[in-house]
Amino acid sequence: MPEYNWPSREASTVIGKVHDRLDGTVKSTGAAKYTYDVNLKNQLIAVAYGSPYAHCKIKSLDVSGAEKTAGVVHVEILPQGQKDTEIEWEGELLAVVAAESEAAAREGISKIKLAVEELDVFADEGNLEAAEEAGRTGNGGGKVETVNEPGDDDDEDEFVEAEIERLFKQAKHVVEGYYAIDPITHCCLEPHGSTVEWKDGKLQAYLSTQNVSGTDEQFARDLKVTADDVHVQCEYIGGGFGSKFAPDYWGIAAARISKATGRPVKMMLQRDQELKLGGSRPSGYLKVRLGADQNGVVQVWDSHHWGSAGYRGGGVSHSVVPYVLVPPNYRRTSTTIKSNTAQARAWRAPNHPQACAMTQTALDDLAATMGANSYDIFLANLANASNGKADVYRAEMEVGAKLIDWKAKWHPHGKGPSRGSIVDGLGMALHTWGGTANTSSCLLKVHPDGGVESFCGTQDLGTGTRTVCAQVLAETFGLEVDGVRVNIGSSKYPNSGASGGSTTVGAVCESHRRAGQDALEKIFELAAKELEVDASVLEAVGGRIRDSANHDKSITWRKACSLIGLKPLEVTSNYQRGAASTLTNSGVGGVQMAHVEVDKETGVVKIKKFVAVQDQGLVINPKTCKSQIYGAVIMGIAAALYEQRITDPKTGKFINAELSDYKLARLGDIGEIVVELYEPESERVRGVIGNGEPPAISPKAAISNAVANALGVRVPTIPLTPKRVLDALAKA
Amino acid sequence: MTDSKQKSAPKSGFSRRAFLRGSGAAAAATALHTQTAAAVDDQGPKVVRGETSITLNVNGKDVQVKAEPRTTLLDVLRYQLELTGAKPVSLDGSSGASTVLIDDKPVAASTTLAMAATGKQIRTVESLGGEQPDDVVQAFVSHDAQQCGFCTPGFVVAVRAFLNKNPDATEAEVRAGLNGNICRCGTYANIVEAALAVVKGD
Amino acid sequence: MKAFEYAAPRTEAEILQVLSAEPGATEVLAGGTDLVGLMKKMLVTPDRVVNIMDVPSLKTIDELPDGSVSIGAAVTLDLILDHPYLDVYPAVKQAIRGINSMQLQCQGTLGGEVCQRPRCWFYRNGLGLLSESASEGANQYHAILGNTGPAKFVNSSRIAPALIALEAQLRVIGPGEDEERLIPVSEFFRTPRHDGQREHVLQPQQLVTHVILPPIAGRTCATYEVRDGEGPDYPLAAAAVAMRLDGYGIVHAAKVVLGQVAPTPWNSPEAERLLIGHPVDPRRAEQAGLAAVRMASPLSENTYKVQLAKVAVKRAILLAAGHETGGF
Ligand SMILES: Cc1cc2nc3c(=O)[nH]c(=O)nc-3n(C[C@H](O)[C@H](O)[C@H](O)COP(=O)(O)OP(=O)(O)OC[C@H]3O[C@@H](n4cnc5c(N)ncnc54)[C@H](O)[C@@H]3O)c2cc1C
Ligand code: FES
Repeated sequence: MPEYNWPSREASTVIGKVHDRLDGTVKSTGAAKYTYDVNLKNQLIAVAYGSPYAHCKIKSLDVSGAEKTAGVVHVEILPQGQKDTEIEWEGELLAVVAAESEAAAREGISKIKLAVEELDVFADEGNLEAAEEAGRTGNGGGKVETVNEPGDDDDEDEFVEAEIERLFKQAKHVVEGYYAIDPITHCCLEPHGSTVEWKDGKLQAYLSTQNVSGTDEQFARDLKVTADDVHVQCEYIGGGFGSKFAPDYWGIAAARISKATGRPVKMMLQRDQELKLGGSRPSGYLKVRLGADQNGVVQVWDSHHWGSAGYRGGGVSHSVVPYVLVPPNYRRTSTTIKSNTAQARAWRAPNHPQACAMTQTALDDLAATMGANSYDIFLANLANASNGKADVYRAEMEVGAKLIDWKAKWHPHGKGPSRGSIVDGLGMALHTWGGTANTSSCLLKVHPDGGVESFCGTQDLGTGTRTVCAQVLAETFGLEVDGVRVNIGSSKYPNSGASGGSTTVGAVCESHRRAGQDALEKIFELAAKELEVDASVLEAVGGRIRDSANHDKSITWRKACSLIGLKPLEVTSNYQRGAASTLTNSGVGGVQMAHVEVDKETGVVKIKKFVAVQDQGLVINPKTCKSQIYGAVIMGIAAALYEQRITDPKTGKFINAELSDYKLARLGDIGEIVVELYEPESERVRGVIGNGEPPAISPKAAISNAVANALGVRVPTIPLTPKRVLDALAKA
Repeated sequence: MTDSKQKSAPKSGFSRRAFLRGSGAAAAATALHTQTAAAVDDQGPKVVRGETSITLNVNGKDVQVKAEPRTTLLDVLRYQLELTGAKPVSLDGSSGASTVLIDDKPVAASTTLAMAATGKQIRTVESLGGEQPDDVVQAFVSHDAQQCGFCTPGFVVAVRAFLNKNPDATEAEVRAGLNGNICRCGTYANIVEAALAVVKGD
Repeated sequence: MKAFEYAAPRTEAEILQVLSAEPGATEVLAGGTDLVGLMKKMLVTPDRVVNIMDVPSLKTIDELPDGSVSIGAAVTLDLILDHPYLDVYPAVKQAIRGINSMQLQCQGTLGGEVCQRPRCWFYRNGLGLLSESASEGANQYHAILGNTGPAKFVNSSRIAPALIALEAQLRVIGPGEDEERLIPVSEFFRTPRHDGQREHVLQPQQLVTHVILPPIAGRTCATYEVRDGEGPDYPLAAAAVAMRLDGYGIVHAAKVVLGQVAPTPWNSPEAERLLIGHPVDPRRAEQAGLAAVRMASPLSENTYKVQLAKVAVKRAILLAAGHETGGF
């Protein structure tokens, strides 16, 4: 087995170099076929009927009207639609109508008659008192850490209480505050769904999924067939962000209806259903008191937070509170709340964005209290960095500060000049994430004519996975990227892990580099004979295999491949998640800074400039890597200023579940964004680490801090809508 | 307004013949009359019900399709003509993902009835592809102005339409002029670059 | 969508032939940006849809003998925006620019913009236009004025406040074959008192054919909208102002109309009175803004809109008078 490694920066010809996304043209011309675009002959269009009530017991569901509607072919009542079922959130699907057209299916839906017993609705998830009163709370856990330990005879709780009070007395600066972040949804532009067809007892499923290799088994389990009988395909997916790991019960229903009708079925969630069912991020509301020493280094932290992940409870994990910068003494407790809303799904860096938004804002308020420069306070608190990355953060802060011109633009909180009613402000935040490589296998075929083809059951969420696979193989073989054909998106290809947790780039780099090096070893053996040198001196560069010491001794790649024989050389190489590796690593960091303007009379906030400095080990393609960061920042801007799942407290209805009401950032809202990849040799040698999620963590805190700097007043709850800005100003 | 008030409302004495065309209005008024005023037949206007066959002009070709009055142009493109570039993202066109050009203007195919598009030139994103893709497509690729790509066809058509109208657009104009589309993955920064590259002819 | 019949008349007379007298049985289709979405959601379920986009007389922009400008109801908003002849009505153009989506501007029509259904999310979620939920629920975008009855929604039209400030009229035809009348835009909207009542005075067999803008005649005008972000989202509050100033900058006549704050566009004689007889300066504009919202009765979640409405009035006045607004 060869020693798996990456070439040095100097020796790399493809890795670390900008390359256009391989599927850019097909995506930009409409040629790329997404699940929604797959039309099978004679297919039915299925549309689901969701509960209009957030909490009820079903008395009856009459679908006869739907069945009689012209164009409707089949109606299925889902298990949740059966009599006496308790429905706990608005939108839960109760029945599915399959018809010749979507319009007919929708008309059928409108004729469904539902009778229910309405039950009490609780959807005011930010209101802890009300939740307690309604009996909707649970213990979310917590943790206490103190430098001084209790004595053997001490009552632990009493000791902690006294110790924390002592530390607060000792503290030079104390901040008490409330910080909150509302729930948002994934809002994938391509809704969850599938187009399915049975042929000879086997299921062909075109599924919009982040988990091509894992969903065949899920279909099989629920449909009582074997995974071999299921073929899941997903060439292109219109967004997932952590919400598309399963066929979901509606995907299974589509397969059942297809079987029952003997026709292919396409079932995509409608837009409002996508927002209601497709996934959301838990809310977080935090009360904290922190104490810092004369240098502004936090020494003691005491917080309680609550929030909801939906009708089953849950919320933001206490394990990331306070976020990254963890003082030596802390007590954190949390309460989970069951609200009548859909259960949350993993959202880009689960728990981290909320934790960052609820705690690094408190740190910034410490700077405000001290009249200090926020930059200096963050810098001082790097002493508390819990992930060993203080030096990296320090360097990234320096880079970021230059890019945003922090020194020149800084003013103490609320003390900046104003232009009419407009004030400006700076804010920052920092984050961390794992990004360990997932399990992945790659089947590589090197054809006697020199063609290279790879097969891997991974998926490209728009992250550039395809392009990365091709770049890794091209680098390995000394070829042009276009000389490699990458095949992904099918469950019939070798298994590769789900794309969640920023694990994909590492996963495919592992499997493709390994497969490439394994195959190259064999080709070197053949070429060595031909060139009459030892295989160990050979290298693959510029379309040739050559003696690394004597470049004249070489043959073309094609010629070398012709030595393979008639059949292609096939290699399958694996990487198992968690195995030691020199190719990939985990643990990234990043620093982000925002420069905003606020109109004090209207509460409207605008982004002037946003800087993101991010490390992610070895960068394979700076262009697609940067695109991820731009995207994460833009998503973050949306969540900081606009995005919000609004649940009507009375009815529990997700009242803004259409894109016209669920406000996202538009092109004109983003200001100037500067992305800097932090990749000194010390980072590069660590190997590849995923960055899909981490840059989406900090924007909310950074922007909230910038707004606080501009106004001299904290707007406690994110998103920072004009209403909230004005309310905060009115209170101050 | 109450009925009695309506009855007493003044007759406007307003008729089309009474219109005077102002100098500025004249050009536009002419431009507005793109369709020839059809002759009125004595039977009154035709009322269509149920599925009928209609002719649409899509990407320069006349095609026969089946449509009910409620069938949207988007559904015809996607289900009958296999032109799936325009995407169904929102019911009401708020995402811009279904943008197509009708008589050179960007509109949402999702809120356009197929029957209302007869007699017009419809162009979809697919017409910007082919052997020699449109400049906008090429700029989207070289500036990586797409991630998942689901919003991208709508954006490409929107940028094309915007630049047709504003070939010398400045960065500020680009940022102000392309707000009819939504991208969830956050490709806006690169779209700005791509649009400006087309302006500069890069 | 419910199945419906489709008619595409080619003259005004033909339109009236295919419109039904029964409420809700026929719907006028213009650009479809609003209507088609409503039909998909089955909130509007006509038996017949009448497309007015093939009627040439509805697609003209003309000058009338008295110098008024007549704009056909089916003229798309982009044409109004691009029309140099209409530069003298900045209040109208600013309102259209605010829609901020090329697509909606190219597809949406003037008539449709004025007649669009309310954006109220209770209505759009099938809870009805006069939903009780709006009284204490998620009502942050609802009315702060004229909201003491069952209607809590706000009129959505962005252009109507400007049209009212400019004293525009609507030419309406029907129900009878040769019936036509002019209705001042200020009298066009009404606050529904019970379900099923429309938000304007049109009867089922009537439609708007033209908007008639009187000559600008030395007036200055402006629309100011408080907009949160750049998309085609509705403003949080808006105001349109038209004024006649004399050579000394003294206001002789003023019209102040607020948008997005009440179930109809909201005229404020209180603000107008404060302006008349004085020159425009920031202090006066601020006072006029205050006067405009003095009677506001905010709901549980929208007190902030009182401030926004005040600022919108102030800034519209300043803009109309050629001053800086001091804000975004
Ligand atoms: C996502 C989204 C965002 C929007 N944002 C805005 C915005 O920010 N500001 C804004 O003002 N609007 C906005 N609109 C609303 C509206 O669609 C546009 O204003 C547009 O101008 C409406 O014109 P239309 O021709 O498309 O109307 P249609 O949808 O065809 O018709 C709208 C309504 O008016 C009736 N109608 C149309 N013409 C006439 C007529 N001549 N006489 C009588 N009744 C008539 C129709 O029957 C229907 O009830 C938005 C719409 C969407 C989907
Ligand atoms: S690229 Fe995914 S939505 Fe725009």
